[in-house]
Amino acid sequence: MGVFKILKSLVIDSLDTITKGSVKYHIWMGVLTLVMLIGMYCYSIQLDQGLSVTGMSDRVSWGLYISNFTFLVGVAAAAVMLVMPTYVLKDIDFKQAVLIGEGLAVAALIMCLAFVVADMGGPSVLWHMIPGIGVFNFPNSMLTWDVIVLNGYLFINISIPFYILFRHYQGKEAKKKIYVPGAVLSVFWAVGIHLVTAFLYQGLQARPFWNNALLGPRFLASAFAAGPALIILVLAVIRSFTAFKIPDKTIKKIAMIVTVAAQINLIMLVSELFKEFYAPTHHSESAYYLFFGLHGKDALLPWIWTAIPLNVLATIILTFGKFRNNLKILYTCCFFLFVAIWIEKGFGLIVPGFIPGPYGKIVEYLPTGIEVGVTIGIWALGAFVFTILAKTAIGIELGELRYEKKKSSTL
Amino acid sequence: MSDNKKWYTLDLGLNKKEETSGSCGCGKSQGSCNSHKEEEKEEEISHEEFYEAAINASIGEERSKDGFEQVFDVKMDRRTAFKKLTASLLIGAGAISSCTSVVNADSKEKAQIDWEEQFKGNYKLMIDEEKQGTVDRLMRSYELRTGKNISMTSENAEEDVLFGYAFNISKCQGYMNCVSACVEENNQDRNSEMQYIRIHEMKDGEGFKFDKADDNYYHEVPKEDHFYMGTQCFHCDNPPCVEVCPVQATWKEDDGLVVIDYDWCVGCRYCMAACPYDGRRFNWSKPEVPENEINKNQHYLGNRMRKKGVMEKCTFCVQRTRKGKNPACVEACPTGARIFGNLLDPNSTIRWVLENKKVFRLKEDLGTDPKFWYFMD
Repeated sequence: MGVFKILKSLVIDSLDTITKGSVKYHIWMGVLTLVMLIGMYCYSIQLDQGLSVTGMSDRVSWGLYISNFTFLVGVAAAAVMLVMPTYVLKDIDFKQAVLIGEGLAVAALIMCLAFVVADMGGPSVLWHMIPGIGVFNFPNSMLTWDVIVLNGYLFINISIPFYILFRHYQGKEAKKKIYVPGAVLSVFWAVGIHLVTAFLYQGLQARPFWNNALLGPRFLASAFAAGPALIILVLAVIRSFTAFKIPDKTIKKIAMIVTVAAQINLIMLVSELFKEFYAPTHHSESAYYLFFGLHGKDALLPWIWTAIPLNVLATIILTFGKFRNNLKILYTCCFFLFVAIWIEKGFGLIVPGFIPGPYGKIVEYLPTGIEVGVTIGIWALGAFVFTILAKTAIGIELGELRYEKKKSSTL
Repeated sequence: MSDNKKWYTLDLGLNKKEETSGSCGCGKSQGSCNSHKEEEKEEEISHEEFYEAAINASIGEERSKDGFEQVFDVKMDRRTAFKKLTASLLIGAGAISSCTSVVNADSKEKAQIDWEEQFKGNYKLMIDEEKQGTVDRLMRSYELRTGKNISMTSENAEEDVLFGYAFNISKCQGYMNCVSACVEENNQDRNSEMQYIRIHEMKDGEGFKFDKADDNYYHEVPKEDHFYMGTQCFHCDNPPCVEVCPVQATWKEDDGLVVIDYDWCVGCRYCMAACPYDGRRFNWSKPEVPENEINKNQHYLGNRMRKKGVMEKCTFCVQRTRKGKNPACVEACPTGARIFGNLLDPNSTIRWVLENKKVFRLKEDLGTDPKFWYFMD
C-alpha cells in the first residue's frame, strides 16, 4: 500500500513539475501542442477520405510514414549504446546521459507505433493483431516479430528508468541486482529491434533493393550513428536550459561512439555502392534510380545527394579528434549526420524499394501536404513525450522532486 | 455506362452492343472524342433522368456508399438517436402504432448485424455455420439498406480441385475485353479504375522486356510489330504475400486460390510489398460502384463489396469457378488466349496445355511456384 501512496505522490509531483517552467518552456510546449493538433486534423482528413490523400499508390505503397518508422526504430535502438557502458561495463561517465537516452528511446518508440498506426488502412480493426483476441501470424510474419520486439523494448525502456527514478524519488539508491539484468537484456533487445525491422524488408524476395544481406548490419551501424548524435544534441540543449550537469567528458565519449558507427556505416555504404555499380544487374535498377534517376525520373536525387555529402563530410570531420573535441563543430556534425541518416534510412531506403515496380514500371512518389502534416504532428508528439519524461527525470535526479521533501514541507 | 471506359475495346459482337468505336465525325477511331460523347449523353438524357429520379427516390444517397459504409454506417445523429430511443421506449409502453414498430425493428436488426459484423472472427478460421451466418447477415444488411437482394455464397473449395491458368502469348491481341469483364464481374472501384489484369504491350524481336512494355495504352490494337502479355495474380503455390500478413487475413484455399478476408484485413500493405508480380490492389479511398452496375452474384471471398483501406486481388472469380464456370476474363477473351481449369483433372484443357506446350512462368527463381503458365503456339 505504501508503494501506491508514493506512486500517487510521484504522479502528482511530476504533473506539478511538467506544468511549471519558464516562459520559453511554455512556448515550446504550446508550439508542440499546436503542431500536434494540426497533425491530428490532417489525420482526421486521412481517416475520413482514406489513404488516397497521401502520395502513396498501388505502385509505391509505403512512403513517408514507414520511412520515419524505420528511422525511428534506429533512434530507439541507439539508447543501448549508452546503457551498455553505464550499467554493464560500469563506466560511470554515462550515468546522467543514460536516463536521457532511455527517455529518448521511449519517445522514439511511441513515434514508431504512431507512424505504423497512421499508415494502416483500417486502424479500427487493429485489434485483429492482438494475440488471443485476434489472429497473430507468428512466427511467419516478420511484422508480428516487430510488434513483439518493439513493445517489449518499450516496456524495458519504461520500466528500468522508472525503477531507478522511483528509488531516487524516495531518496534511496537503486538496487543493482534488480536493474542490471534488465539493462543487459535491453542491450540484446536493442540489437533485436533493429535487426528485426531490417528483416521486415530484407526478407522480401520481390524487392531486390532490400533483399540484401547487408541491410540489417547497415541498419545497426547507421542507427548507432544517428541515435547517439541525436542524444548529443539533446544533451546540449538540456545542458544549456537546465541545471542538470552533463560533463564534457560524457559528450565526448558519446561522440566517440558516433564517430566509430559513422565510419562503419560509410564502409558499408561503399560496399553497397560497389556491388550495385561495378557490375550492375537488373537488380541494380533501384539503386540507379536512387542515385542517378531512371528514364528521366529523378525525384529522389536532391534528397540522396544532400544525404551522401553530409554523411561523408560529417564522418570525415568527426574522425579527427581535434575537430570532434570542439563542441561547436561536434554539434554541427551531429546535426548533419542526423539529417543525412534520416534521409538515407528513411526516404532513400523505402521509396526506391518500390521503384521500379515488379514489372519495371516507374511511378514516382512525393508526399502530400496532409502526409507531411501527420508526420510533423507525430514528431511533435515525440518531442512532447520526451520533454515530459526528461523534465521529470531531471527533477528527480537534481533532487527537486523528493517524496520526503514534499511530506516534510506539508507537515 | 460503357463510354467511360479508358481502355480500348474492339467490338467483335461477342459482347453487348457498345458504341465506343468507329463512326465519329472527328476522325478519331477511339470513342474518346468529346463531341461524340456529348451527343450520346444528350440522346440518353431522358432515359437517364427517369432512371436517376427513380433510384434517388428509392435509395437516395446510399447509392454512393461503399461496401463498408453500406454495411456499417448507420446514419444516426443525436436527434435521430434520441428519436429512436424514445420511440423504442414508447413501443415498450405499447403506446405507438404497429407501423412505426416495423421500422424500428428494422433499425434494431441493422444495429445488431453491424455489431456482429464488427466483432466477427477471421473467415479462414470459421466453421461452415459461421461462414453461412456472416453471409446471411451481409445479404440481410444489403436488403435492409437498399431494399434489393443480392445473392452471396460461401462455398468451400471442392475436393480434388486445384485451379490453374495458362496464357497463350501468340493469341493475345491486346483487346482488353478481359480487363473490362473483370472489372464488371468483380465490382472493382470505378473511380480509381482499379484493374486486376494488366496487359503489357511488347515489341517484337526484343523478347520479354517488361520494363520497356506499355501496360497503359490507348491506341488501336493489335499494334504492328507488337505482341501482348497479360499479368494478374498468379495464385502462387508458395505465396510470399500470405507469409507476411500479420493477421492471416490472406491465405491459400484448398483449391489453390489465394484469397483475402476483406473484413479481417488491417490494411498494412505488407503483402503488396511482398508480391513480386504486382498482383495486389489497395483501396486507397472508398470504392464505388453504381448500383445498377453491381454484380449481385457474389462470394464472400470474391466480388462482394469492399470497403476503404483494405487489400483486394484477383480470386480467379471464386464466385464463378466454384460453381463450375470459367473466370470472367477467360469467358470474355475473344481470341482464346486464356485457358483455365482443374490441374488435377487429367482430361482438362489446362493439363493438355501443360503436357503438350513449352510452358514457362515468370520469375521462377523466386521460388513462388505460380499456378499461371505462359506458352506460345
